Amino acid sequence: MLFIMKRSFDLSKKPRPGESLIEALLFAAGVLSVFVTVAIVFELGKEAMLFFADPDMTWVKFFTMTKWQPGIGQYGIWALVSATMTTSVIAILIALPLGLASAVYLSEYASHRARSILKPVLEILAGIPTVVYGYFALLFVTPILKNIFKDGIQVYNMLSAGLVMGIMILPLIASMSEDALNAVPRSLREGAYAMGATKLETSLQIVLPAALSGIGAAVIVGISRAVGETMIVAVAAGAGPNFSFNPLDAAETMTGHIARISGGDLSYNTIDYTSLFAIALMLFLVTLTLNLVSQWIVNRFRERYE
Amino acid sequence: MEINYAIETNDLSIHYGNFTAVKDVSIKIERQKITAIIGPSGCGKSTLLRAFNRMNDFVPNSRVTGEVLLHGNNLYGRNVDPVEARRRIGMVFQKPNPFPKSIYENIAWGARINGFKGSMDELVEESLRGAALWDEVKDNLKESAYALSGGQQQRLCIARTIAIQPEIILMDEPASALDPISTLRIEELMQELKKNYSIIIVTHNMQQAARASDFTAMMMIDDNRSGGVIEFGETRTLFTRPTDKRTEDYVTGRFG
Ligand SMILES: Nc1ncnc2c1ncn2[C@@H]1O[C@H](COP(=O)(O)OP(=O)(O)OP(=O)(O)O)[C@@H](O)[C@H]1O
Ligand SMILES: [Mg+2]
Repeated sequence: MLFIMKRSFDLSKKPRPGESLIEALLFAAGVLSVFVTVAIVFELGKEAMLFFADPDMTWVKFFTMTKWQPGIGQYGIWALVSATMTTSVIAILIALPLGLASAVYLSEYASHRARSILKPVLEILAGIPTVVYGYFALLFVTPILKNIFKDGIQVYNMLSAGLVMGIMILPLIASMSEDALNAVPRSLREGAYAMGATKLETSLQIVLPAALSGIGAAVIVGISRAVGETMIVAVAAGAGPNFSFNPLDAAETMTGHIARISGGDLSYNTIDYTSLFAIALMLFLVTLTLNLVSQWIVNRFRERYE
Repeated sequence: MEINYAIETNDLSIHYGNFTAVKDVSIKIERQKITAIIGPSGCGKSTLLRAFNRMNDFVPNSRVTGEVLLHGNNLYGRNVDPVEARRRIGMVFQKPNPFPKSIYENIAWGARINGFKGSMDELVEESLRGAALWDEVKDNLKESAYALSGGQQQRLCIARTIAIQPEIILMDEPASALDPISTLRIEELMQELKKNYSIIIVTHNMQQAARASDFTAMMMIDDNRSGGVIEFGETRTLFTRPTDKRTEDYVTGRFG
């Protein structure tokens, strides 16, 4: 009794070396990742500034010209952006409906058996290296398209790359959407069924809207992946900037262009060199914006379920 | 004679896999009355209640034997469409579970999927009035249902249930998450609702059962942990002159 009394009055600080050590390590890890990010952005910005500082380069040219060849004074970023946009839009048009449908099927309809087969298949799909997808597009999908469109389509084309890119991001959208659907509490479904709703009405009109913020985030992440994807477009979409939104044309995306040019021999401090950083900075800004939008969507539409 | 009963069960048993959760229940539940189901935790009250609108269909491995008769038709008969059955038998859950929609849409949705053709505005108002919620929300119908308090949400869930005009309303501890004032409001509401509906309510609250119900079913588990109705009758009789010793112990608080 006396012992307990004594202890309970001692409120002085106890040293806990283990705690502080772990805390310091975790803090260091956090700082490191922030530092690396800042360093990359800094490097990117530094080189890109050289490009933007070039007296011949003006913002008007940058955003209105339709040809990209900085070496000879053509600064039209749209020549690359058009291909990035076209392939990404095709990819999302494929991946969103299919991904959403598989997510609804997996979370609302699939039996245990069907799930245990489909989930691993999706994971395998997500694990295939993108270069394999690239050659799949060029050597398998393009010949099929060639059969359909005959001479209307070029050997390298944005359609093939976009379609395959859609297949690539499908598992991502499916699994993120499925997580969002699974997070919708069972009580909400039961509430709908108790109103005499069918399974379809419940899935599409109650569960899906309830998971909208998560699905929105999945779509944005999917778009970011498509915009940033390099190998597939480098292999299958075409090698050379081309201002075109026609999926049947060959064109080079921002990423594909960076990959090709930086792969060749390139001397420092030339405009060709610094222009790559300018493209990279643009890409970075696009994905950053997409991420911010997705965070905003998640917060804005986050549902509380009780 | 049959017309007096909202639901009749014959040797109703409900199984989860090999476990029989509810065994051999044969009761007749009267129309336009409030019937309470009481009993210790885990005795199968929710299981029994959910058998009345085929909610157990969603529990994998659950199985029902025996009959649940609605207008003389077995709810578990071959030709019965469970979706159709649930339209006739509404349910209010223990935790309020409004849809992530506006207050207005929470009510309109159920009516719409059930093919309601009349004036939606009128139906929404009528249902909200019926659930004693209209005055509190009439200026905020477009707001999210999640902005309401727990008690208001529960009344919204009652409102959306009466909007589809079921014959029977099942309530599984509808007031257990609510404060005493909201609880009283729900009880008053039940008295109002029983003019048009038959109500079956599961409750842990003895006072509530004694106060609010006309009939009471007392459930208890047997040696195999299977629940059964050990006594069923008018609430007044069951609480004042129970025939079963276990009922007496339970209603007087001498049992868990
Ligand atoms: N989905 C399920 N799968 C398997 N067993 C279940 C399931 N739901 C309930 N049970 C079992 O059935 C029995 C009755 O459960 P039930 O939920 O009906 O009890 P209850 O009387 O409503 O209890 P409480 O008062 O705590 O809500 C319990 O033994 C429980 O473990
Ligand atoms: Mg229960």
